[in-house]
Amino acid sequence: MLINCPYCGLRDLTEFVVAGEAVARPDAHGDLDGADARAAFADAVYLRENPAGVHREHWFHAAGCQSWLLVERDTRTHEIIRVDAISAGMARETL
Amino acid sequence: MKFSGFELLKNAFTGQTGWTPHWRKAEPKSSYDVVIIGGGGHGLATAHYLAKEFGITNVAVIEKGWIGSGNVGRNTTIIRSNYLLPGNIPFYELGMKLWEGLEQELNYNAMVSQRGVLNLYHSDAQRDAFARRGNAMRLHGVDAELLDRDAVRTMAPFLDFNNARFPIQGGLLQRRGGTARHDAVVWGYARAADKRGVDVVENCEVIGLRQDNGKIIGVETTKGFIDAKRVGMSVAGNSSRLASLAGLRLPIESYVLQAFVSESLKPVIDCVVTFGAGHFYISQSDKGSLVFGGDLDPYPSYAQRGSLAVFSDVAENAIAMMPMLGRLRILRSWGGIMDMSMDGSPIIDKTPIEGLFFNGGWCYGGFKATPAAGFCFAHLIAKGAHHPVAAAYRLDRFATGRVIDEKGAGPTPNLH
Repeated sequence: MLINCPYCGLRDLTEFVVAGEAVARPDAHGDLDGADARAAFADAVYLRENPAGVHREHWFHAAGCQSWLLVERDTRTHEIIRVDAISAGMARETL
Repeated sequence: MKFSGFELLKNAFTGQTGWTPHWRKAEPKSSYDVVIIGGGGHGLATAHYLAKEFGITNVAVIEKGWIGSGNVGRNTTIIRSNYLLPGNIPFYELGMKLWEGLEQELNYNAMVSQRGVLNLYHSDAQRDAFARRGNAMRLHGVDAELLDRDAVRTMAPFLDFNNARFPIQGGLLQRRGGTARHDAVVWGYARAADKRGVDVVENCEVIGLRQDNGKIIGVETTKGFIDAKRVGMSVAGNSSRLASLAGLRLPIESYVLQAFVSESLKPVIDCVVTFGAGHFYISQSDKGSLVFGGDLDPYPSYAQRGSLAVFSDVAENAIAMMPMLGRLRILRSWGGIMDMSMDGSPIIDKTPIEGLFFNGGWCYGGFKATPAAGFCFAHLIAKGAHHPVAAAYRLDRFATGRVIDEKGAGPTPNLH
């Protein structure tokens, strides 16, 4: 399988680390020991949609440019729909 | 019809005409005390133990395809109980004991073969880790032997002991581990459950979980609505999809795990061997084919089809451990969809919806767990309380920090 890295071009699957479902981290401000914050972090760390279909994932180009990528992929066919670089300025909800 | 030496002899003289179907092709009734979703090994075992151990016989097992068409037909048939953590060992040991009595219990030949499971170690650190695991097993009454290099050589002389990169120093052996015939496990449980009145309904997909005030009242299926007081979900691989019908999110991602089978050879490997310097395991089926596998494909998948990159890795591991495999021809491969949980351990628990129970998150370990998972899930559904050996497999253990992480990999499902 080839992945089209926005920086490196087409590269082999073996160069990448897949970090699974793209889950936005909860806001890390305020009372982090409160029940709401604990529940929000437990959800973000452990719970997944895990759909059969289009899936947004975090990939890391470990043996290449070392960039984090946002990959949109179909889990039924393995077809990669789009690959975007993740940049510092992106809004949390888009990650 | 009961299988016996006499029946075999009788049929030998009557043209093999006395054999009858092993289970009825049941159509669903309008209402059941318990509906089990998923006609794999776990679902059928659950139905069998519900009927036999807990006296609940008004039960249906609902399967979207044919029974045994999921992961119980897509594995490497290994059975073992060589775990490290207290939450796991007693559970898998109950499973091992049930395997040992399974054929008599079901009156069915599941070809359970306790040929031994040998885990190789290749460094001092790995030897220490295996010694710790073996000690943990023995403290729980499970058999374990730490073998040195010479003892492994006597047992499996075909391994590459002089590999410069990964020299074999020894192995951890569980002699009671081994293999079983996966299809026969399905058929045996289906036949035994059917005999006690359980309806095994094939080609019937669940498309909805109907609730009323936070309580389950039945399942919508492609064959209509079925009223049920209690519903058990046992569809590992597709757990997230099914649970989403009830609005639940699970601590699970689905990944494809490949396995391979070769042409048939004369007897060469008489136990299960696992490579300690990579991820590779191999055994020989009774037909003579070598059955082996390795890592997951790295991305979430529902495709039941793996990538060439993983096959290359498996092949490299194979040849590093057993150079003679370089001449082997592969007959076929298959991919099973694993419920990879966030700590690598399974879940057998109630859900937040009253009367809806969950069994899943089996990662690589579903086949060997079949009898114990069925027994403990039946216990939970019948009594509303955990069986003592499965008490740690809670759905809320992630939020409360009581994870059971054998590998210490953290919440990275594809690394367990």
